[in-house]
Amino acid sequence: MSESLERSASVGELVLSLRGISKNFGAVSALTDIDFDVHAGEVVALVGDNGAGKSTLVKILAGVHQPSSGTINFRGQPVTLPDPRAALTLGIATVFQDLALCENLDVVANIFLGNELSPLRLDEVAMEMRAWTLLNELSARIPSVREAVASLSGGQRQTVAIARALLLEPKLILLDEPTAALGVAQTAEVLNLIDRVRARGLGVVMISHNMEDVRAVADRIVVLRLGRNNGVFEPDASNQDLVSAITGASNNAVSRRAERLRAERDHSGSAQAGEQRP
Amino acid sequence: MTNLKQSASAPLALDRADARVRHEAGIGGAVRAFLDRVRSGDLGSLPVIVGLVVIWTVFTSLNPVFVSSSNLVNLLFDCSTVGVIALGIVCVLMVGEIDLSVGSISGFASAMVGTLWVNQGWPVALAILAALAFGALIGSLYALLFNRLGMPSFVSTLAGLLAVLGMQLYILGSTGSINLPYGSALVDFGQLMVMPKWVSHTLAAIPGLAMLVSGLRTFARRRAANLSTPSVAGLILRVAAITIGLELIVAYLNQSRGIPWMFGLFVGLVVAMNYALTRTKWGRSMTAVGGNREAARRAGIKVRAIYLSAFALCSFFAALGGVLAAARLASASQQAGTGDVNLNAIAAAVIGGTSLFGGRGSAYSALLGIIVIQSIASGLTLLDLSSSLRYMITGAVLAIAVIVDSLARRSRASHGRA
Repeated sequence: MSESLERSASVGELVLSLRGISKNFGAVSALTDIDFDVHAGEVVALVGDNGAGKSTLVKILAGVHQPSSGTINFRGQPVTLPDPRAALTLGIATVFQDLALCENLDVVANIFLGNELSPLRLDEVAMEMRAWTLLNELSARIPSVREAVASLSGGQRQTVAIARALLLEPKLILLDEPTAALGVAQTAEVLNLIDRVRARGLGVVMISHNMEDVRAVADRIVVLRLGRNNGVFEPDASNQDLVSAITGASNNAVSRRAERLRAERDHSGSAQAGEQRP
Repeated sequence: MTNLKQSASAPLALDRADARVRHEAGIGGAVRAFLDRVRSGDLGSLPVIVGLVVIWTVFTSLNPVFVSSSNLVNLLFDCSTVGVIALGIVCVLMVGEIDLSVGSISGFASAMVGTLWVNQGWPVALAILAALAFGALIGSLYALLFNRLGMPSFVSTLAGLLAVLGMQLYILGSTGSINLPYGSALVDFGQLMVMPKWVSHTLAAIPGLAMLVSGLRTFARRRAANLSTPSVAGLILRVAAITIGLELIVAYLNQSRGIPWMFGLFVGLVVAMNYALTRTKWGRSMTAVGGNREAARRAGIKVRAIYLSAFALCSFFAALGGVLAAARLASASQQAGTGDVNLNAIAAAVIGGTSLFGGRGSAYSALLGIIVIQSIASGLTLLDLSSSLRYMITGAVLAIAVIVDSLARRSRASHGRA
């Protein structure tokens, strides 16, 4: 327990590196020749349109699917991920978008589900203490760990799911649309949480459709389009660049609006030129 | 250890740091927390206790013999057989499934014991073991159909109800019933054997002692871990109430024959199952699978194995209940396990507070529920009412129990409790 605050890897170390990953479902290539890197203490956002292959990529990393070709290097070693257990034992934890918690069990039981301490005589005191330690490290605002998860808000549930993922001390954590179902305040809470997970020195991969959330926490934005790498962006890249990378078109609502704004500005004679404000 | 540093600066317990949560303290607080729980639909064993009080009051006013010590001892004998079956039903209900064939399995198990032991001359222990193994096998078959073919347990066990009943009729053949020899250990166990007084009084003191010891241990460990501690006074009060209550009941029952060993076996099984369901990883997994199957799977729980254990245990307990019923009646007949056995077992589990929707329940619901069901049966028999009325009333009680379960579930959902 005393190591729980220790950095699980020195910041900057290459945790995960994918080279030439392809995945075919029959005749359909879901992923083609994907290269993807995650360093320790870094949040990498994975964005792309529906069907771009984000979920397939995350499922390959979680051990749900196996790649058709390509290599996965985890902390410098080539690895294979034949099933979810293998990914967990290596130190890759996944927080799924939904269906991840049992509403009828309390917070402690959910965090330890499948990893209970002393299986034949559950050690409730030790589990409760460890649960509080984890939640406090995340500065989580959970009123009581002995309440059923059903009584928690969406943000609190996401917190419990993330605490659950951290229990096994992973090196890499995958978040599949962590803010999709949340309100404004709860989204902010989860984004703070992601910041704290990064501060613990973990590599974070986050799938999201929400560009604002992505800009708020990501260190790099990796765009997938039709199963291929379509550029890596800094978080301060313009919305227009991102959207055209995602959609593959330079003529769309966002670019047209930017054009219009620029035209208006030029027309009004203001000297402000160049990039529009994000 | 940052944890220690935090606790040194903050005098609050680790789980009391959040100011937004009201924590009830003291006896008044315990009562308020209880009322809050009930209002939000977390009824626990409240309906069954209310039901028992009503039923006992009504029957006693109609016929005072009902609460006589000897009638209650008989009641305990009768409870044990179907009660063991209900314990199995609790297992399948916990994972949100059902077994409708427990009556047939119990009947077939009693027929098996009769045929193998009396007709074929097997040793009685071996015949019983064979019947229990057969029960577990049937349950495993249901689990196989459920896990591999996705067959709803409702349908597979309905098919099993008929098929196993057919097997029971087949092995009993033309004679239709086999009498088990009076004076044999099995029949004595089912009809006569009661605990000596000192044994029953000692056993009645054990739950309180166990509560006290484990309560104090938990208290010390929680304090050492800087978690909030429950009040010791409350614990001692509960222990005293339970011990005195149990000793009084035992003393009253000892005025006539005393506590049946068969009932002792039943309660022992209930306590063992309660431990398994609440204090082991297996029990946690059962609850998780009943609450959210997909989440349990993603947490790395072997969901299929959990279903297998639930179905196999249920049929095993059904077979055991059948053997006990044969011992109780000193016969294995075509009627064994038919009629209302099935529904009584399911009703007992539901009335006792195990949800039909999975993920909620306790082994004690089998014990409490079967006492309700048998009280009704015994009271109506004492009033000399025909079985037609008995069926109608038991049916109504089951309907009420399920209505209470459904309403409580809806209320829990709207109050944010699972």
